[in-house]
Amino acid sequence: MTGIATYGWSVVAVPLVIAVLAATAGRVLGTRVAALAALAPAWVFAVGVAASARVLAGEEGAIASGSVEWLGAGLTVGWAIDGLTALMLLVVGLVAFLVVVFSRGYLGPGEALPRYFAVLALFTGAMSALLVADGFLGLFIGWELVGVCSYLLIGYWFTRPEASTAAVKAFLTTRVGDMGLLLALALLWREVGDLSYTAVFAAVPGMEASTVSTIGLLLLVGAVGKSAQFPLHIWLPDAMEGPTPVSALIHAATMVAAGVFLLARAWPVVGASADVQTIILVLGGFTAIAAAGSAGAQRDIKKVLAYSTISQLGFMFAAIGAGAWVVAMFHLVTHAAFKALLFLGAGSVIHATGTQRLDAMGGLLKKMPLTAGTWFVGAAALAGIPPLSGFFSKDEVLHTVVGADLGWGVMLFAASTLTAFYITRTTVLVFFGSYRGEGVPHEGGWDLRVPLVVLAAFAAALGFAGGPIAELAGGHHGEIDVLVASIATALAVLGIAVGAVSGIRPKQGADVTKLAFVGPLRWARNGWGFDEIVRQTVTRPACATARVLDRVVDRGVVDRSVEGVGALARLVGRGYSALQSGDTQWYTTLLGAGTVALLALVAYLGRGV
Amino acid sequence: MLAVDLLVAVPLLGVAAVIALGRGSATRPRAIALAFSVAFTAVFASLASAGVLTGTAVDGIRLAREAFPFWTLRIDGLSAPLLALTAVLGPVAVLASWGVREKAAAHHALLLGLQASIAGVFLAADVILLYVFWEAVLIPMYFLIGVWGHEDRRHAAMKFFIYTFAGSAFMLVGILTAVFQTGHTGLAEVLDSAFVLGQPTLVFWLIAAGMLVKIPAVPVHTWLADAHVEAPTAGSILLAGVLLKMGGYGLLRLALPIAPEVFEAARPILAVLGGVGIFYGAALALAQTDLKRLVALSSVSHMGFVLLGISAGTERGFAAAMLVMVSHGLVAPLLFLLVGQLYDRTHTRDIERFSGMGATLPRWATLFTFAALASLGLPGLSGFPGEFLAVVAGFGAWSYSIVPVMAGLVLAAAYNLRAVKGTLHGEIAEEWAEISDISAGDLVPAVVLAACIVALGVWPMFVLDMTGDALALIAALAGGM
Repeated sequence: MTGIATYGWSVVAVPLVIAVLAATAGRVLGTRVAALAALAPAWVFAVGVAASARVLAGEEGAIASGSVEWLGAGLTVGWAIDGLTALMLLVVGLVAFLVVVFSRGYLGPGEALPRYFAVLALFTGAMSALLVADGFLGLFIGWELVGVCSYLLIGYWFTRPEASTAAVKAFLTTRVGDMGLLLALALLWREVGDLSYTAVFAAVPGMEASTVSTIGLLLLVGAVGKSAQFPLHIWLPDAMEGPTPVSALIHAATMVAAGVFLLARAWPVVGASADVQTIILVLGGFTAIAAAGSAGAQRDIKKVLAYSTISQLGFMFAAIGAGAWVVAMFHLVTHAAFKALLFLGAGSVIHATGTQRLDAMGGLLKKMPLTAGTWFVGAAALAGIPPLSGFFSKDEVLHTVVGADLGWGVMLFAASTLTAFYITRTTVLVFFGSYRGEGVPHEGGWDLRVPLVVLAAFAAALGFAGGPIAELAGGHHGEIDVLVASIATALAVLGIAVGAVSGIRPKQGADVTKLAFVGPLRWARNGWGFDEIVRQTVTRPACATARVLDRVVDRGVVDRSVEGVGALARLVGRGYSALQSGDTQWYTTLLGAGTVALLALVAYLGRGV
Repeated sequence: MLAVDLLVAVPLLGVAAVIALGRGSATRPRAIALAFSVAFTAVFASLASAGVLTGTAVDGIRLAREAFPFWTLRIDGLSAPLLALTAVLGPVAVLASWGVREKAAAHHALLLGLQASIAGVFLAADVILLYVFWEAVLIPMYFLIGVWGHEDRRHAAMKFFIYTFAGSAFMLVGILTAVFQTGHTGLAEVLDSAFVLGQPTLVFWLIAAGMLVKIPAVPVHTWLADAHVEAPTAGSILLAGVLLKMGGYGLLRLALPIAPEVFEAARPILAVLGGVGIFYGAALALAQTDLKRLVALSSVSHMGFVLLGISAGTERGFAAAMLVMVSHGLVAPLLFLLVGQLYDRTHTRDIERFSGMGATLPRWATLFTFAALASLGLPGLSGFPGEFLAVVAGFGAWSYSIVPVMAGLVLAAAYNLRAVKGTLHGEIAEEWAEISDISAGDLVPAVVLAACIVALGVWPMFVLDMTGDALALIAALAGGM
């Protein structure tokens, strides 16, 4: 059984083959295409299990690998599975499998199922490629491919203009980050002449400090884009235009965590520069609190979860900035479970109510007890209530950050309190009070319910797996810090109390965010107005520049001067040979004259021979 | 080997066959043309056994020197990928003009004539022969645009002709100077004795001028958009697919080896031209409302990577240039093919008038999205390996000066996704709700190109295996590694 880890490349190949099959034969299969697609993450999970077993049994380093020259001398792509990869394969395989199952029930038979499930399988393969790559080139390939899958799935309902716009925005924003990563690769190639991890990491000690910092910074730019950290976070809230299961998988549990994975994977580079670490800590801490504030002001259940994801990724970045990438990986794993759970729970609610608006929900506890019960587990885990998974991992994050920088530690405590606030407020608005929407909401079929139960189990229990998770990631599991844990729990209870009060009983159709301070709330809801700043300072000027270059420079000056020469020549030509009429004759004359002149020039140049 | 000469002779025989057997028929010429263009592909494939795919150089047969003084053909690692591209695009161009019924015999004869002259450019091992083929390319293209083009075809055809002819006039002076001063016309002999050149700087720039117009480099690019917009689909396919490649090919084949030390001094200029082209072309593409013009201007951006790669002066940079040329030779034709199919159904190219075509034309939309993703350089498709290598090689040579290229790559994503969004996404336009999706016949050339795009994207070594030795020799001349 553990032998399948030897064929690690298959975590890319199998999903790709399934994607092609789903795309081509999907129409024949009907709804059974979901079963076909489910094989892709199931295989990834199986390899993850086999590889994890071998790592936990004591195998050191990469347990299996292979590579091939892909782009000329030295530029190879290859794969290697170590504990960190195995851990991520487990996460990706499990969440993706459950999301495929959930999607089967979520998307009706009238949907474009072959396209949806083919891209989902493609995503699984691309994400696996990112994870099993043995170097930066392979990682970059997977990195770009998951981005395009994200684009295709955000824009799944492409006849909705908002979905299309959000898809483009997501791709372009992350592309800006990707350019940092690309530049990092170019710099690494120049400095090392090899892009495989082993070669790069071996070369780091011999590099100049400034070079190491530059490489770290460029890698960070890529990670910031993918993991939606300030200032490249703006795409993620809009990405909620995609189907909710997609948001659970790509925009919460796996792809957006790729930035964290990159920084952990490249730790020998990132960790070699104190400056880079400080920047990561500041960006992460700032993003964590700013996004948590925005999450508290949302009216749309998915937008709450989107800002929550940005905020939680900020926690992970802060942990990396504090030097504890193993802790960040622990939080990545627990977050994957409870955030996927919350997103799928939101999907269940949206499926039942037909809306994402919090003011059209309420009272669903009685109508959808299973969704409500599993949601409570996820919400409590996110809020950091012991003994659920989020409590353990967040405690470690807070503990390490406080140890590294007390100021940012305090900020993270505040963000953590806000977290408890916004998720409680949302919970109350969705599940308590009386139902304010239309129709009679009820639980979905087994395919909607089973993933919720499985994820709830993981969200509840993963905190106790901190040891093995840390061991897989390649580090050591810390002890619970009683003081930090007590303060965090007390603050969580405070956040829950305020959140519960703020969420109680809005009337039907009432603006659920209408509290005493409306202005700041709108500001928070719109992501602190940062979107608008980007639109005014980047998007608009860029488009205006393109238009000016086209109309004024290219057509106005460059082309007009060419046409002007032509027109002048015609004019001279008319005067010169008034008897002749028609362009063709004149051009013939011109060609003749030109040829004579050229021959004269040739004779002149060749005179020495 | 005779097969080398057949690469020129087969399409020429095809011209004769189309004229002799196809006149007066609307459908027979296309069948004959397809047969001969596929025969070209078969001849090229047969050269694989001679090791062409692994970079072995193969000479054509030696004809009587007295009767054919300049006729020497040779295929090597530099020309093989571009001939492979020609072999793919020949049948694609014929299939793309399957619906042409007006003066069909002349149309298909010109297509084959174009294919013969382009093959000649890539095969010529004699500078005079090279120049003859180089100019011969212009004539069929001029008529294809001028006769079968769109509304403003005459102006565009004339602009194309005069512009590129003017460029090659400089090149002619450069070539003749080299011929007179070295006393040879054979390419190898000219290059071997190029050290005798009295004015190498002048010769280099005269030749390079012809190449830069062809590529095209900014600011001598404005013939391109007009020519593409007005050209019929098959014309655009061959124009973007192989004509532009003559420029990059010529720089590596002739301009660089004839005056390596001048090239060395010219590298910064080429880099600036490349970088400006990448950014400027992408920005222009972003501002277009005419879908075909958008694709045309994207060529300026992509071909900038060819100049960037060459400017690095290293084998890796040259390999990047070759990969970009082959990739662009597949992606741009696919885009032009698809835009042409859309135009056939809607008679407009205005992005603003399209909406929700993804629901109306699902098959077409899938291919168009695919092509746009290939154009923006998605890994796994053909655009990525070359552009990645160009960035790596460019960074090695020019360090952080290449950052504007990064901006160009972001813009490439922007204009391609804008094209997809503008045409395919949004609410379904009632105006086009009734039009039919592309047929199986339309699919064939598109799927052939798409398959090649995937193949090259997954396995770029296919091209690099061909180019290896030839590029190493040129890089050794240039003094790089």
